[in-house]
Amino acid sequence: MATKEMSYVKKELPGKILNIGIALLAIGLIVGAFGLLLDPTRAKFSYLLGFFYLLTIGMGSLFLISLEYVVNADWSTPIRRIPEFFAATVPLFIVVAIPLFFFIHDLYHWSHTDAVSSDALLKLKEPYLNITFFVIRVVATFVIWALYYFFIVRNSRKQDETRDQKLTKRNIVASAIFIPVFAITITFSAIDWMMSLEPHWFSTIYGVYVFSGTMLAGLAATTLAVVLLKDNGYLHPKMTNDHLSSLGGLLFGFVNFWAYIAFSQFLLIWYANLPEETFWFIDRWEGMWGAITLTLIVVHFLVPYALLLPAPAKKDPKRLKFAAVWILVAHLLDLYWLIMPQYHGEKSGLHYILTEFGFPIAAIGVLIIVFYFNFKKHNAVPVGDPKLDRGLNFRL
Amino acid sequence: MERNTKLHGLVALFDTPDQIIHAAEKVSHSGYKDFDIHTPYPVHGMDDAMKLKPSKLGYVTLVFGLSGAAFALLLMWWTMVVDYPMNIGGKPFFSLPAFIPVTFELTVLFATLATVIGMITFFFRFPDNKHPLHDTPYMQQVSRDKYGVFIGASDPKFNAKEVRALFESLGGKQISEIMEFEKTWQDAFNPKFIGILVTTVILVSGGTYFTLNKLLYITPFNWMEHQFRGVPQEKSDFFADSRMMREPVAGSVARGHMPYEFKDSVAQPADPLENPLVNSAEVFRLGQKKYLTFCSPCHGNYGDGDSRLNQQFPNPPSLHTAKLREWKDGNIYHVITNGQNVMPSYSHQMTVKERWAVVSYIRALQKAKNASETEIEQFRKENTSNGN
Repeated sequence: MATKEMSYVKKELPGKILNIGIALLAIGLIVGAFGLLLDPTRAKFSYLLGFFYLLTIGMGSLFLISLEYVVNADWSTPIRRIPEFFAATVPLFIVVAIPLFFFIHDLYHWSHTDAVSSDALLKLKEPYLNITFFVIRVVATFVIWALYYFFIVRNSRKQDETRDQKLTKRNIVASAIFIPVFAITITFSAIDWMMSLEPHWFSTIYGVYVFSGTMLAGLAATTLAVVLLKDNGYLHPKMTNDHLSSLGGLLFGFVNFWAYIAFSQFLLIWYANLPEETFWFIDRWEGMWGAITLTLIVVHFLVPYALLLPAPAKKDPKRLKFAAVWILVAHLLDLYWLIMPQYHGEKSGLHYILTEFGFPIAAIGVLIIVFYFNFKKHNAVPVGDPKLDRGLNFRL
Repeated sequence: MERNTKLHGLVALFDTPDQIIHAAEKVSHSGYKDFDIHTPYPVHGMDDAMKLKPSKLGYVTLVFGLSGAAFALLLMWWTMVVDYPMNIGGKPFFSLPAFIPVTFELTVLFATLATVIGMITFFFRFPDNKHPLHDTPYMQQVSRDKYGVFIGASDPKFNAKEVRALFESLGGKQISEIMEFEKTWQDAFNPKFIGILVTTVILVSGGTYFTLNKLLYITPFNWMEHQFRGVPQEKSDFFADSRMMREPVAGSVARGHMPYEFKDSVAQPADPLENPLVNSAEVFRLGQKKYLTFCSPCHGNYGDGDSRLNQQFPNPPSLHTAKLREWKDGNIYHVITNGQNVMPSYSHQMTVKERWAVVSYIRALQKAKNASETEIEQFRKENTSNGN
């Protein structure tokens, strides 16, 4: 195997990519602003949708990095920089979330003190669901995530020059601490941002459900970027399709995990048939929402399952590219299914639906711009990582 | 097993996984089709080096997995919808969400069993348990710490000299010939083999049974097996007369028992009991059933005393005599309960309620048999007016 040493050469992404990112951001913001004029409340919900799309992809990527350190994976070392670049959006969350602070009364029923005072259930939940504590939780969560991101990435980049093995050890310790913290914070985020849109409803598996989508989103974004970059020679030339197979296997696994969690949530509520739980699903079953729910099952589970089931498909760059884009779209549909019925309620209709996708498109634009600048500034392969060689020699 | 002089193939051993990957690449590159690699553990990258195509076993898994899903759904549809529909929590008989866990389990069960059985039969050629590479020093080495390559003599490109040269150029050690077995496969049905198998099964299962049920037997909760309770006919250490069965305490009344105050009087009581039952279709139906079971064999189906036992016994009296029709209900009840002349007591065959129901039924028979013209006319009138 000891053939000629092929080393990594840093290349810059074409400026076209930046233009695409800026164009998507601009189009998204213009469409979103248009939506704000047409139907302000609806547009505010769609802002939450776009924000969560950004958040889940960023946090999924951050979780992938921590996972690599904790399980001491070799195979993912050559591609670790890709989730690092996506996770660069994590420090931006606190900025992107500022408009949501002003939308809070339109989005969250529990934020109205007069509504809470006449509602026994909301009164009971008031010690948790109040604006002050909400803001404290949100800010604390974002700060913890950003701190972890900066710690990991600084060590990872320092290693490119110093090749110090201690940095890996430090990152492993940080990641081991971060994973349980992540489990708690992502659950709180899911409950605070999305489940509390319907403050009367509760589901204990909701946090895991949102986590499964988060992980899938980060994984799909990473897979898409890795396949595109590898095809165009931006990554280490010694990388093989066996690395892709691992990504494909993880994608396939988490498609199943999402379906398992989603079905677990549904089955228990359906079986128990308690009115205080079932109404959430009834909101997502009546009118056009029934069609969207069934579409979600097909788009988020059946199609990606069939796409990724055969062993060769997990290695095939074309198939993986398609599956990754498909899953990213499915993930947006999943978030839409979680958030938007809370706005629509009784109303059903897809009028000016396009404006709803303004902010998610802007989120994609943000991701691309952040990715471009990080790619420009830093090595796309952690050249100083002690596991890099073993990772490159990874074979199935 | 005896080996003959027919060559099965050539083998060579290597020391490191890198060498064996290199050897596998070279051998497959040289165009050999019938070759194999043996390693003590799975070596990463071997599939590519050997240019192996993806295994066909996946199709077996897929087909049987889908069959398992279809079977599960059919099974539940048949049992829960067609054959024995049951209302469970008000859900529809065909409740897909409730069926999904079972469908999933059976899919996995079918797929895994089919994969294992398919692997054993198609790929390991069960029940052929003999392979020429078995019982060779080569197999011992590759099971321990060496990496082996094998090229079969059945390969069209096979030439012992060339293969030997190839192995030598790759750095292979202990290059040796493997000969065919004398006979290929009959060991699975060898009496000695079967004898050992049966003995093993008996010893293992018997030993397991003995160990778990006799040697290490513990009774975690034996209070159901040994209860503090008297069993009929058992000897008692507690009571002075050593009998477990006791007489009830004096004056105790059996549950549901209603004493009859004229039990000892043969003559009709002067002030008989009153019928506690209110006439209703239900009472008459019960009375009819009991009458036809216990009374009709002697008294006849309609109380005329004309049953098939007529002339064989002292004839039972008709129930339509003036005396009986003038009796109170309690008098008839007294006869049923205590018996009269040849007629025995029926208090053991019928409960109190059933006896009273029979009395009511006899009253109905008497009414029906002895109604006057005007009564019949009135009955008709009432019935037709009701009917209209």
